[in-house]
Amino acid sequence: MMQSSQLDATFAALADPTRRAILARLASGEASVTELAEPFEMTQPAISKHLKVLERSGLITRGRDAQRRPCRLEARPLAEATAWLEGYRQFWEANFQQLDALLDEMKAMSPAPVASTPSETKKGR
Amino acid sequence: MLNTGTLALTLPSDREVRMTRVFDAPRALVFDALTKPELLMRWFSGPPGWSLEVCEFDAKEGGAYRYVWRGPDGTEMGMGGVLIEFVAPERLVSTEKFDQAWYPGEATGTIVLTEEGGKTTLTLTVEYDSQETRDMVLQTPMKEGVQFGYDRLADLLAAEGSHRLEKGAAEA
Repeated sequence: MMQSSQLDATFAALADPTRRAILARLASGEASVTELAEPFEMTQPAISKHLKVLERSGLITRGRDAQRRPCRLEARPLAEATAWLEGYRQFWEANFQQLDALLDEMKAMSPAPVASTPSETKKGR
Repeated sequence: MLNTGTLALTLPSDREVRMTRVFDAPRALVFDALTKPELLMRWFSGPPGWSLEVCEFDAKEGGAYRYVWRGPDGTEMGMGGVLIEFVAPERLVSTEKFDQAWYPGEATGTIVLTEEGGKTTLTLTVEYDSQETRDMVLQTPMKEGVQFGYDRLADLLAAEGSHRLEKGAAEA
């Protein structure tokens, strides 16, 4: 079972668009800090800061090579975080789609608002 | 976060999960579908392959409700609680507890329906006893077999990153 603290770290890391873009780049292969900094209008130290957050959250690992220290995407925590919410969402969406169909049927059967409920006809704000 | 499709799922606090979903129907109909057993039986069928077998709903403040779902292999899953607030057709607050209490404590669910232009927005907020409990519950449907491949993940990331990465990302 996944730890909450791991999930928190993952979601916190994913909250930033630059970090998501870095992960997207790393999905196509490992890269050095210089290579990662290239597409962004950011300094290398700024990128390094983002990389530290990603590394601490376990989303990336860095190579041992002292000069280059290539960054590599670690897919597992990300896949778990995604599946975690996605599974829950899919469960509800499947049920809600059945509710959509039922509501369509109910609308067809009672073009006027149903009289049986003590509902106000006033619209919501 | 991860708001694909029409259902939005957020975590407004450490102990809460919130879902927002728009339905193309007036809220009086949506409220009926949420509170009348004969209607609940037709849509609230649980995980894929399951069905709602027992549905009791005493539609009033202080009233009790109970659902039992049955899976393809005959496994039963029960859940019930008490209606703390019942305000047709806009608000429903209830306690909820599963029979097989795989998580500690009782949760509180709040449903708010708002209507605009004939469409109804449903907001469901469930508050759990603790963050650990909430996280445990959120993981459960995943264990039912919903899996996300790494390939799909990479596609998702690539799609999201593509507007930000002007160059350099295309070649692996």
